[in-house]
Amino acid sequence: MSETNVDKKVVKNQSEESRKKFDVGSWLVPIVAVLVAMAIAAILIKLQGLNPIAAYKSLFKTAFGSIEGLGVTLGKSTPLVLSGLAVAVGLRAGLFNIGAQGQLLSGALAAAWAGVTFDGLPGYIHIPIALIIGAFFGSLVAGISGFLKAYRGVHEVITTIMLNSIVMGIADYLASHQLREPDQFLTRTAEIQPSAKLPIYANLPLGFFIAVVLAIAIWWILGRTTSGFRIETVGRNRHAAWYSGIPVKRTVISAMLISGAIAGLGGAVETLGITYRYAPAFNLGLGFDGITIALLGRVHPIGIIPGAVLIGGMRAGAANMQFDSGVAPELVDLLMALILLLVTAPLITRFFKNSSNKSITSGWGN
Amino acid sequence: MTMLSKRNGYFLAAILATGFFYFNGSDVTTSVYATGTVFALPLALAAMVGIMCERTGIVNIGIEGTMLLSAFVAFFVSSLTQNIIIGLIAAIFTGSMMGLILAVMAVSWRMDQIIAGTILNILATGLTSFLYVQGRTIPGVFQSFEIPILSKIPFFGPVLFIHGALTFLGLAIILALYVAIYHTTWGLRSRAVGEHPSSADTAGVSVVRLRYINVTIAGAIGALAGAYLSLELVGSFERGFTAGKGFTALALMIFGRWNPLGALAAALFFGLAQAYANQLMIDQIVNIPSQFTAVLPYIMTIVVLTISAGKVRPPAAEGQPYEKGQA
Repeated sequence: MSETNVDKKVVKNQSEESRKKFDVGSWLVPIVAVLVAMAIAAILIKLQGLNPIAAYKSLFKTAFGSIEGLGVTLGKSTPLVLSGLAVAVGLRAGLFNIGAQGQLLSGALAAAWAGVTFDGLPGYIHIPIALIIGAFFGSLVAGISGFLKAYRGVHEVITTIMLNSIVMGIADYLASHQLREPDQFLTRTAEIQPSAKLPIYANLPLGFFIAVVLAIAIWWILGRTTSGFRIETVGRNRHAAWYSGIPVKRTVISAMLISGAIAGLGGAVETLGITYRYAPAFNLGLGFDGITIALLGRVHPIGIIPGAVLIGGMRAGAANMQFDSGVAPELVDLLMALILLLVTAPLITRFFKNSSNKSITSGWGN
Repeated sequence: MTMLSKRNGYFLAAILATGFFYFNGSDVTTSVYATGTVFALPLALAAMVGIMCERTGIVNIGIEGTMLLSAFVAFFVSSLTQNIIIGLIAAIFTGSMMGLILAVMAVSWRMDQIIAGTILNILATGLTSFLYVQGRTIPGVFQSFEIPILSKIPFFGPVLFIHGALTFLGLAIILALYVAIYHTTWGLRSRAVGEHPSSADTAGVSVVRLRYINVTIAGAIGALAGAYLSLELVGSFERGFTAGKGFTALALMIFGRWNPLGALAAALFFGLAQAYANQLMIDQIVNIPSQFTAVLPYIMTIVVLTISAGKVRPPAAEGQPYEKGQA
């Protein structure tokens, strides 16, 4: 990388710095993106000969219209907050972790194992143990990518995507052999012990509050601690970070470990709070939703929460929407894709301010 | 030179393996090789997409999405019109559009190219799962036929010259791309743009136009890879149909050092490994759980990248948006 390029990046980062002070314009972009995406999807629904207004009404009424619905929404949002957070932490370090999916699955399976195996523990010990085991396995999977990135220069996008499929294969194998519920027709693990189930207080799942607290903690770590500063510096300019004596390789690995641990925790919370067991084909899209959510929330640890709740609500309401209006629940996947396109492409941004190109990931070969 | 020795390595491994299977009877050997070629083709074609884009300095991790959406369109349109040729044309149009969108994002908007590719992937997943309906069928697939005379050559005949039309088209494109990149003006200009765009610009090559053209054509090639899967190899479509082939292709591109023939050799190696694994299972020589054979290509992808990392050099201007007057 030439010197001018480095200089340019530094200048770019300074402009990013000024933008970080709360800026209403930059938060308008995600909102407009969501609305425009819904409008485009409405046209597609109309083309299928169905009624988009009825579909959206049913979707949001189910998701946000009642306390019970809100409880389900927050439950669905929990793993989304965590996978969004996992992707966001990676992006802060210049790593594009699109393997939140695999990390989440390994965390979910590990938590299911811990939830089934440990017997006779009180809930306040059993739950943390299962959560920690889930986070550990998530970070283990991400750690492979982090290590290969730091020491072999293999791009994390490829390794994390490949690990998604590898983890899915191994998890399927374990769930249909060693960890399978005995004497059952379905391939899945047994139900976790009652002591491992995350309690629900007045319809509001405990897992969601864990996720929110973690988001705040990550925000604090990134903004206020030395390790957070290192992660951010490496993410902004690896060369400058190296030059100023930051151990870049170790920082890359630890950012990946943190990212994976959060994703693994997301899987664990899903197992302990919602599904109570692991079954193959376990929530296939959660990890990818994390990418959209992280970018929708401007890669800000707390900013991702509203996006996650919105999308969690859509996921919660999708089945009812199909029942009421005949629109396929995969509408949500389509909306997510459109939102991602609109939020990252400078289409909308241009209406609000003169934005320049910004590089979020670390590029290809290096 | 290293590339040659590495390619010799593949061939050595392949020859050794042939010897192993030869004892099982030459029919089995031939069929394993033919299957390997069939497995290798979509990977090799997808790797060509990567090569065409990256040689001009555009990173395309949206190959997977391009293949997925094109495979869907190929199947869907064939099913609607009951004509696979129209399906193929529709798929190629779709792929070119995906390429064009990537070009707009990466070249004109100067977006982060990794994010741009991811958008294509997620968009394709979203669109195909929303529009997918079960129970559709197509009138048939591109049937295998024999090329006269050539198919009578012992061993190579059945392996290379008895395939469907899309396989031949794909192989022809790979060979043509090799010639085009190294022996035509277009190839020289493309490589110049990928290595040092400002020099190419000074010499009168339009960086923006060449990048647009190449990324769009690459999209069409990706569409062929996708259509090959749904219209020739499998004859159906499901959600998540391409199963990571677009990403494996990127690894093969790197392993083949951004050279079409290198990537083809790497893809053949991959395809053969899978064909062997299948044959070993059929013969019940080994009993590997199906989940493990399914993850084999992914593990190989990571291993391949780990081995070749640091030893290969990507095009210098890769992933960097170009602005006139930039150093």
